[in-house]
Amino acid sequence: MTVAFTVNGAVQSVDAPESATLLEVLRNHLGLRGTRYGCGLEQCGCCMVLVDGETSYACTREVGTVAGRAVTTIEGLGTVEAPHPLQRAFLDEQAGQCGYCLSGILISAKALLDRTPDPSRAEVIAALDKHLCRCGAHQRIIRAVERAAATLRGSAA
Amino acid sequence: MNAPTLPPSLIENPRLDRWIRFEADRTVRIATGKVEIGQGVVTALGQIAADELDLPLDKVAVLSGDTTAGPDELYTSSSLSIQVSGSSVRLVCAEVRAKALDRAALRLNCNPADLTVVDGVFHQNGAPTGQDYWSVAAEIDLTQNVTGSAALKPASRYKIVGHSTPRRDLPAKVSGAAYVHDTLPAGVLHARTLRQPSRGAVLASLDESAIKRAAKGDVQIVREANFVAFVSPVESVAHAAAVAAQQHAVWKNAKRIAPEEQEAAWLKGQPADDRRLGAPEPTTPPKRLVQVTVSRPYVAHASMAPSCALAEYRDGHLTVHSHGQGMHLLRKNIAAAVKMPVEAITAKHLHGAGCYGHNGADDAALDAALIALKLPGKTIRLMWRREEEFGFEPVGPAMLVTLHVDLDDKGRPADWTTEIWSATHVQRPGSNSGFLLATEAFAEPPPELEPNDPAEARGGGGTRNAVPIYDVPAHRILHHLVLKPPVRTSALRGLGALPNVYAIETMLDELAARAGEDPLAYRLSILSEPRGRRLLELVAERANWTARGPAGTGKGMGLAVARYKNSAAYAAVVAEVTVQETVTVDRVWCVADAGLVINPDGARNQLEGGIVQAISWTLKEQVKLGEHGIVSLDWDSYPILRFSEVPEIHAELVDGAGHPALGVGECSVGPTAAAVGNAVAHALGVRINDMPLTRERIMAALLKS
Repeated sequence: MTVAFTVNGAVQSVDAPESATLLEVLRNHLGLRGTRYGCGLEQCGCCMVLVDGETSYACTREVGTVAGRAVTTIEGLGTVEAPHPLQRAFLDEQAGQCGYCLSGILISAKALLDRTPDPSRAEVIAALDKHLCRCGAHQRIIRAVERAAATLRGSAA
Repeated sequence: MNAPTLPPSLIENPRLDRWIRFEADRTVRIATGKVEIGQGVVTALGQIAADELDLPLDKVAVLSGDTTAGPDELYTSSSLSIQVSGSSVRLVCAEVRAKALDRAALRLNCNPADLTVVDGVFHQNGAPTGQDYWSVAAEIDLTQNVTGSAALKPASRYKIVGHSTPRRDLPAKVSGAAYVHDTLPAGVLHARTLRQPSRGAVLASLDESAIKRAAKGDVQIVREANFVAFVSPVESVAHAAAVAAQQHAVWKNAKRIAPEEQEAAWLKGQPADDRRLGAPEPTTPPKRLVQVTVSRPYVAHASMAPSCALAEYRDGHLTVHSHGQGMHLLRKNIAAAVKMPVEAITAKHLHGAGCYGHNGADDAALDAALIALKLPGKTIRLMWRREEEFGFEPVGPAMLVTLHVDLDDKGRPADWTTEIWSATHVQRPGSNSGFLLATEAFAEPPPELEPNDPAEARGGGGTRNAVPIYDVPAHRILHHLVLKPPVRTSALRGLGALPNVYAIETMLDELAARAGEDPLAYRLSILSEPRGRRLLELVAERANWTARGPAGTGKGMGLAVARYKNSAAYAAVVAEVTVQETVTVDRVWCVADAGLVINPDGARNQLEGGIVQAISWTLKEQVKLGEHGIVSLDWDSYPILRFSEVPEIHAELVDGAGHPALGVGECSVGPTAAAVGNAVAHALGVRINDMPLTRERIMAALLKS
């Protein structure tokens, strides 16, 4: 069947079974491979995307359920050449080691800052707690989200 | 004149052109056999090369893990990349720099000593000469062997080394596709496997039609004796086939595991290769014997990504892309497994998720290769399932460590025996200690090997860090290398260092308590090693150790110090904890001495990562075993430390200038675990010597006290 939805601002029409996961469609049909497979069980957060601004695990979400909705992936934030303030902050803090968990974490951070521009540290931790990071870059990641929040507030002022 | 001693990597790969190449675009390409596993090594090696060549960083590209063009540097392991690859790159660059200046001096009719290098351009009397690396590159014979005779730049003149250069690989990793997992060439076929449950298990039947029905799509089943793979142009179809196959495969002769084999306590009394190292047995009976036993269960690498590899067999040549830790060894191991000449195989590194040691990466590469050989001309992308990663990666071995310490009349150690029970810490393929996993599923599997723990000269495996840093007049190790563990064990960050340092530092707190002395003061009274002493004093100051409260209040502070492998970087750690029903680590201070530090922020990142991982192992992690193998197959059954559980961390490196660069990746692991253990004991007023320090163990310890 054909599923039509918006990805990072562009309308996409994908020929895929309704039960195909959003993750597989993003990665293997649309070539957006920054959204990662980690567990397929909603336990690690590597596959996190935004659907209409809300975080959603792409690894279990059936693509049929995003028909007509707006999906945002890590590629929708920014690029190597023109990074989003969140990506910039992660680089400034060198917030990561292997980096495999980061695209999902950046997505949850985006969702947080979109609704809470000036989060407390506890709010940052709560927003990220569904994500696992095995390298132990947590404190850097928390600092990076706070740095990005400050940057975004500054540019909004 | 004696020839200079070269690092092992240069002895094995002496030709300069294995390491360095001048490119037409006015850059220099450095090659290394070490690979980026999130530790920042490629960035640090680029810094070393740029500084030694007097080039800007952006003129230095680094090729990593490529069997075609790069050196063979074995595995990226044991915190040796900076020490071995770094010193190799430095020597090569110094030598090539000298050769380039010789050529330029000939052209300019001057003395090479009159020339300086500014951003790759050769200057004389402060002005450019018109000559640079690239103008003379064609005249430098890089087919020559390195001699190690060129003068190295003194550390006082480093401009790039010692600065926190941002990681080269990170921008791509926060922006999109960056990993071998994300490499999907046109026409790629996705593959998943059905794993043989254990060596010797025989696939008695496989209902292929039921599997194909369940897969709901175009799937091809590839089989080689007891190795089975499912291949499809659609990833989810290959995945579904592999999942369904669990129900449609009948195995005979699978190994059975008894419940008690899961615990470290089971190791004692098992058949073992027994050795004594160090001091001879004491001739007189102990007078004031203190004994402590600690244990650590089987623990996992638990990489965030399942292992993955690409393979393609075309025109008689097999090309493999892998996130393994050593591409040259991978190539040799695959060649041996599939009986092909090494030259007919190329192995190239692509990024993967952090591995922290020997996980499934190499095994997945052979899986992909086996499928590719059956389907010539196709690119195969093989990925393990999440439950396969947890279930079949080699795990860090369980360890049981008993210390028998006899005290002198001042309450100081006079005689110390460290008794260790552990399976081997290294079953890396090709090191005469292990094989690529799928070979065990072949009709003729390779013969079983005797366990072969790393030699003490390489830091040991179970014996790693078993020798205390403290002044002990007589120390010996009784090492029981357990021959038949219930699961495959191999290298996990720090090897035996975590349990051994935990045991030593537990004992030190115990001895201090018996002597009625403060743990810091007691340690300093028997620690003459100056670098370790300095760190202990410093970390105590940072953590305001003297303000430590009384024991048994539910709040605790513990400290520990060690030098990794007794030869690499030093680290001292103080942990502050709150213990209620569970342990919360509130704050950690770590001070490390890694000698010359190439990239301070990168090194701090490594210290921090080691701290978090060690806390996770100490408090939460245990690989659980069932009748047929590992049963902790997801993140719910194998929980790791989360954002809400990670402490505030203060990690710093002392100025180690004047000392050579020491590997930093593993040094914080043992001291952190031990400091947490001591802090928990201080908080509770009672010790828990079996890791992980779970709620159940805390309750049991409190009831007993």
